[in-house]
Amino acid sequence: MLFNLLSFTKRNTFLIALLLLVSPFMQADWFALNMTRGSTDISNEVFELHMLIFWICVAIGVIVFSVMFYSMWAHTKKKNPVPAKFHENHKLEIAWTIIPFLILIAMAVPASKTLVKIYDDEAGDINIQVTGYQWKWQYRYLEDDVSFFSNLSTDLDEIYNLVPKGENYLQEVDEMVVIPAGKKVRFLITANDVIHSWWLPAFAIKQDAIPGFVNTAWTIVDEPGIYRGKCTELCGKNHGFMPIVVKVVEQAEYDEWVFAKKQEAIKLAELTTKEWTAAELVERGESIYEVNCVACHQTSGQGISGIFPALAGSDIVMNDKDRNIEILMEGVQGAAMNSFSYLSEVELAAVITYTRQSWGNAEKGDGEIVIPKDIVDYKEPKI
Amino acid sequence: MSAVIENHHDDHDHGPAKGITRWLYTTNHKDIGTLYLWFSFAMFLIGGAMAMIIRAELFQPGMQIVEPEFYNQMITLHGLIMIFGGVMPAFVGLANWLVPMMIGAPDMALPRMNNLSFWILPFAFFILLSSLFMEGGAPNFGWTFYAPLSTTYAPPSVTFFIFSVHIMGASSIMGAINVVVTIMNMRAPGVTLMKMPLFVWSWLITAYLLIAVMPVLAGAVTMMLMDIHFGTSFFNAAGGGDPVLFQHIFWFFGHPEVYIMILPAFGIVSHIIETFSRKQLFGYSSMVWAMLSIAILSFVVWAHHMFTVGLPLAAEIFFMWATMLIAVPTGVKVFNWVATMFRGSLTFETPMLFAVAFVVLFTIGGLSGLMLAIVPADFQYHDTYFVVAHFHYVLVPGAIFSIMAAVYYWIPKWSGNMYDERLGKLHFWLSFIGVNVTFFPQHFIGLAGMPRRYPDYALIFADWNMVSSIGAFLFGFSQLLFLFIVIKTVMGGKKATDQVWEGAKGLEWTVASPAPYHTFSTPPKVD
Repeated sequence: MLFNLLSFTKRNTFLIALLLLVSPFMQADWFALNMTRGSTDISNEVFELHMLIFWICVAIGVIVFSVMFYSMWAHTKKKNPVPAKFHENHKLEIAWTIIPFLILIAMAVPASKTLVKIYDDEAGDINIQVTGYQWKWQYRYLEDDVSFFSNLSTDLDEIYNLVPKGENYLQEVDEMVVIPAGKKVRFLITANDVIHSWWLPAFAIKQDAIPGFVNTAWTIVDEPGIYRGKCTELCGKNHGFMPIVVKVVEQAEYDEWVFAKKQEAIKLAELTTKEWTAAELVERGESIYEVNCVACHQTSGQGISGIFPALAGSDIVMNDKDRNIEILMEGVQGAAMNSFSYLSEVELAAVITYTRQSWGNAEKGDGEIVIPKDIVDYKEPKI
Repeated sequence: MSAVIENHHDDHDHGPAKGITRWLYTTNHKDIGTLYLWFSFAMFLIGGAMAMIIRAELFQPGMQIVEPEFYNQMITLHGLIMIFGGVMPAFVGLANWLVPMMIGAPDMALPRMNNLSFWILPFAFFILLSSLFMEGGAPNFGWTFYAPLSTTYAPPSVTFFIFSVHIMGASSIMGAINVVVTIMNMRAPGVTLMKMPLFVWSWLITAYLLIAVMPVLAGAVTMMLMDIHFGTSFFNAAGGGDPVLFQHIFWFFGHPEVYIMILPAFGIVSHIIETFSRKQLFGYSSMVWAMLSIAILSFVVWAHHMFTVGLPLAAEIFFMWATMLIAVPTGVKVFNWVATMFRGSLTFETPMLFAVAFVVLFTIGGLSGLMLAIVPADFQYHDTYFVVAHFHYVLVPGAIFSIMAAVYYWIPKWSGNMYDERLGKLHFWLSFIGVNVTFFPQHFIGLAGMPRRYPDYALIFADWNMVSSIGAFLFGFSQLLFLFIVIKTVMGGKKATDQVWEGAKGLEWTVASPAPYHTFSTPPKVD
């Protein structure tokens, strides 16, 4: 009895020690091994297709390699000092040409069927234009006149290992795409600068976002929830930092969200006519600068030598207000600087004012600020 | 009378010149082969060092070692250097050494062009690497350099990149022409096309592929140059151009390019398996036909790299079926190697170990390629680490293992000395374990959803990335052992016999070891 008890405790200690040893591994994601099954009919079908071809490939591998390994074991020079003389056998050669051919057809037929389903191009109940920018996504709800940008919301300190990383590290955004459950949603995917690619694994959608082209993809998601995706075409230095987050909600909640977004837009429009002080604009401009400009022109306004010009000490930013507005509205031909005319008048005025007041620009230059009305005037047809 | 004098001149057999001029002015196929091989080794180490930087950054989530901007420069240069500086020149080097000796020719047909095609290469890579020190940094748009990221949005060094690609292309085209002319005109009497060693066949096909597609690459980079500097809009949608056109042109070059990097490997591995099985290759003519079919099919499958650009349904289905068709001739090759080994009399010296590993791991890469051909599934695989795993499986334990196998197999003939078998085997096992620990987990990372060309990643990918990095360091540092083994063999060692390997067949084994500076000045007799 005592002996039994002892051995039991011993075994227990052993188990605990083992658990302690492997626990860091158990928390970890050693099991992130396979494709996601996803949450739409299409993504399920794609997953089944993936598993089908996977097992066919495994079977082929097992057969071929077992013949080979058998021969490596049984036909060594020691065991088989005199090699066989056979070569060329037409029956065998025809068989190993025809059989793979038939297997291929068995794979290609269901794949083609699924593909035809994916290529259904009827309009959706809701149509959302998705535009890739360096390095963020813009979503425009075509029926509801709702439009916003979605930026990575992970803190730079997390990326540079100064603070612990959150659960959704690099998979979180400041504003999610919201779609209703059970409705057919069509995405019209394009890009503003370079090629991006909009990938949402749970919907089995991956479509390149190409400037000058509109690609489409559709989905019907029944299960409300939050789904995360990524940009999958190299688009410059922050390619890894422009995630996609889609929130699927019930229809009622979706309607509320659309209403709230419209109210927000009205409030923003009212701001255009407000009287602005320099300090207010700078304060507002700083956050806009951080989201839209920092990647190239840097927090210090110094840019990156040779590719992205410095704003600190720039003659245009210090002394030429008109040209400054023009560059933001039209972009610079042949350079990485694109038009930012999609920002609101308030945002544009604020961010230009911010750059004109920061890094000692105001002291060295004319210190003029830009108010939303300046942008409105710029947009007026010129006579 | 004059005939006697001429004879006297012919008899005056001269060896290599002394000093540096031997290498600068050489028109000898063996010297140029050696130059190519050492050059590609140097590039392999430089490209490998970049891979080490990439894997070190990916060791853990978060940015630790480099900035995203520099990370992109590393992935771009790693790809370009390994493809154009590592694998391709190594195969050209092997062709230089072996093709003339295998067909009983005294040298390459165009020896001065041979010298030129090698000596412009160091300049190409000097220009490419110097872009690292230019304002704005090195090319950062991936080795596939998709427009407009590589045109409107590129760093200024892109112009140097274009110039460098042009030089590499010119070098490849000259090398390829030389191989074709040599094989077509300089075979010893009796060496008919269907009696040529498979390595020669594989290079004949490769050379035609090179001649067909390198000008296409040159066209693509020239169009980029025009877009960047001369105001055209080939790839600029705002000017009426088409960014997708770039991808069509690039992959029309790119897909045959993939086979340029694997066909010579097929040739090498066929020789080695035949030798160490001590048994005739199972199906010589089906091997030749399989290579020809693969080469022809390579021209009609390019858009399988572009399944997500929004091709019409009919195009997706065509390119899916055409791509899958390639599995048939590739299967024929694998089955042939296995059938050759079957009931042979096998020994496993280092070249054979590499060749067997090639067959297994290349097949794994081929099978994942088959998975990638299935369009709906490719929507999930495309541009993820699954693709990275796939093409590294066909390129590292595929192309590169075949090159290492070739070096171990033929170095006794080149240097006259046997390599150290124990060290060779150690190098094999370290490389074999390293390569699998590096790239196998990348299948998981990709399927779980990590895109390629990401300098940083979500926490779910952390574990397998760490494993992959550890494997990469093991593989990377093992190659220093390879360098040591090669130098040790060249410096000395057990003298090799002329035959070297018991089961080896072919004209190159009939000459002395080391092969004399000039071989087959009079054509050998072949029945």
